[in-house]
Amino acid sequence: MTDRKPIENRYDFTILFDVKDGNPNGDPDSGNMPRVDIETGNGLTTDVCIKRKIRDYVQTAMGEQAPWRIYIQNRQTLNRLDGEALKAEHINASLENKDFAKEIKALKKTDPELDRRLRDYMCDQFFDIRTFGAVMTTFVKGNLSCGQVRGPVQLGFARSIDPISVQEISITRIAVTTEADAAEKNNTMGNKFIIPYGLYRMNGYISAKLAQNVTGFCDEDLDVLWQAILNMFEFDRSAARGNMAVRKLYVFKHSSALGDAPSWKLFDGIDVHKRAEVDAPRDFADYEVRVNREAIPESVSLTEMVDHTL
Amino acid sequence: MSIRLEVWGENALFSRSEFKTERVTYDVMTPSAARGILEAIFWHPGMRWRIDRIHVLNPIRFDSIRRNEIDSVIDIGKIRTMAEGRGDGGAIYTAESIQQRSSTILRDVRYVIDAHFELNRAKMSSTDSAEKFQSMFMRRAAKGQCFHHPYFGTREFPAEFQLWQESGDPVGFEQGHRDLGYMLYDFDYRNPAHPTPLFFRAELDDGVLDVESVEVRS
Repeated sequence: MTDRKPIENRYDFTILFDVKDGNPNGDPDSGNMPRVDIETGNGLTTDVCIKRKIRDYVQTAMGEQAPWRIYIQNRQTLNRLDGEALKAEHINASLENKDFAKEIKALKKTDPELDRRLRDYMCDQFFDIRTFGAVMTTFVKGNLSCGQVRGPVQLGFARSIDPISVQEISITRIAVTTEADAAEKNNTMGNKFIIPYGLYRMNGYISAKLAQNVTGFCDEDLDVLWQAILNMFEFDRSAARGNMAVRKLYVFKHSSALGDAPSWKLFDGIDVHKRAEVDAPRDFADYEVRVNREAIPESVSLTEMVDHTL
Repeated sequence: MSIRLEVWGENALFSRSEFKTERVTYDVMTPSAARGILEAIFWHPGMRWRIDRIHVLNPIRFDSIRRNEIDSVIDIGKIRTMAEGRGDGGAIYTAESIQQRSSTILRDVRYVIDAHFELNRAKMSSTDSAEKFQSMFMRRAAKGQCFHHPYFGTREFPAEFQLWQESGDPVGFEQGHRDLGYMLYDFDYRNPAHPTPLFFRAELDDGVLDVESVEVRS
């Protein structure tokens, strides 16, 4: 590995993304309808939904080599499945060792640093563990526990700027699945939910201290993270999503590891609102984003990232 | 020496230990969650935060959210073989380990934490002192600095913070008495291999949870 020095600055960031005629994040409790805050009518997208997309992008863009491997995977690429099928044909060398727990216990006595070394190994190999952390306890609990690795990158929920309207679209399908159904009808009905338009805002935090003390998240990782955020929807097209795009990524870089200002003050410095003359927003142009630089201390540098180049 | 910190956020999830699969939050922040917030701002091995009171400023309101999660954790045995150059570490495939779990969470929370810290002299160096710890915490809290960003129970619910700005005492969201039943106080970490949970009888008086003079039991 090249020079992988952990980041030295704290960061906060705001992502603005929008959806047109699609469903950014379905709610399993309401039949996959877009998530809505019942009290305010605002749309929601969970932190884990966005993390999934960041992982998928890094996997697509960086391949499967350390240090860019992804531990929590979406089984999606055909290449991997093919690779696994090939491997299954050959020898699968997993010798079950019954005395594993005992062995670990003995090892730990002679090597108290084992936990930490395994943790460091995982952080070196896997981008997602280095970034978001992971839970690494297992059946040998008590004998060996890497425990919980907290990653430096923390995301909140995304929330739409304005209440969203959810539309149910009924669709028909000309093919019929079962022979029994085919005898009675010649098409089936389905439905999907869309939001005509929604602009969402998500805030995130990056702790330099966790990067330095725990996972070794470095500047190169940070660049990959920004690229992943900017491009996360570009490789996540599907019938359900509609048109999704990251519109703005604002990055606040503090001058030190601990930071120069409370995150909320920085976030308050970015005001996003619907233009006064717009009734029902249907486009990003219907919104105005105002950055109040005076609200942001001079020692904090604010960058608007727009570079979508891969 | 005591400190007073105001914390707020859009959502919070202080999981009840008895409802862990389908997580259900306590009505108010637990002392251990409050300690976690303070430690995210400043902590040192030579000190231990003690929570005295939690003032509940906003009405207690709930929300529910169901998410796709995974049902497994990283297998240490597989990591070891991978580190030794055998095997691939066995990634977790989200489609296979999928689990839908709902969480009943709090919305629009705002608390004021009253706390102080105790010293553990064995872990302090000669230049450390209570005054030093106190001023380091105050400086960080005033500037919005933190070791990592504090959160309400789980990391997806970030907590914003500032030192209590008003001159008077915080005013709770309601007057009168409310019994919250048994609540998690914190874990007893004296045996690090087996932390034991400690509970206390939580009573909200005029919106204030007093944890200074409560009986704590395991």
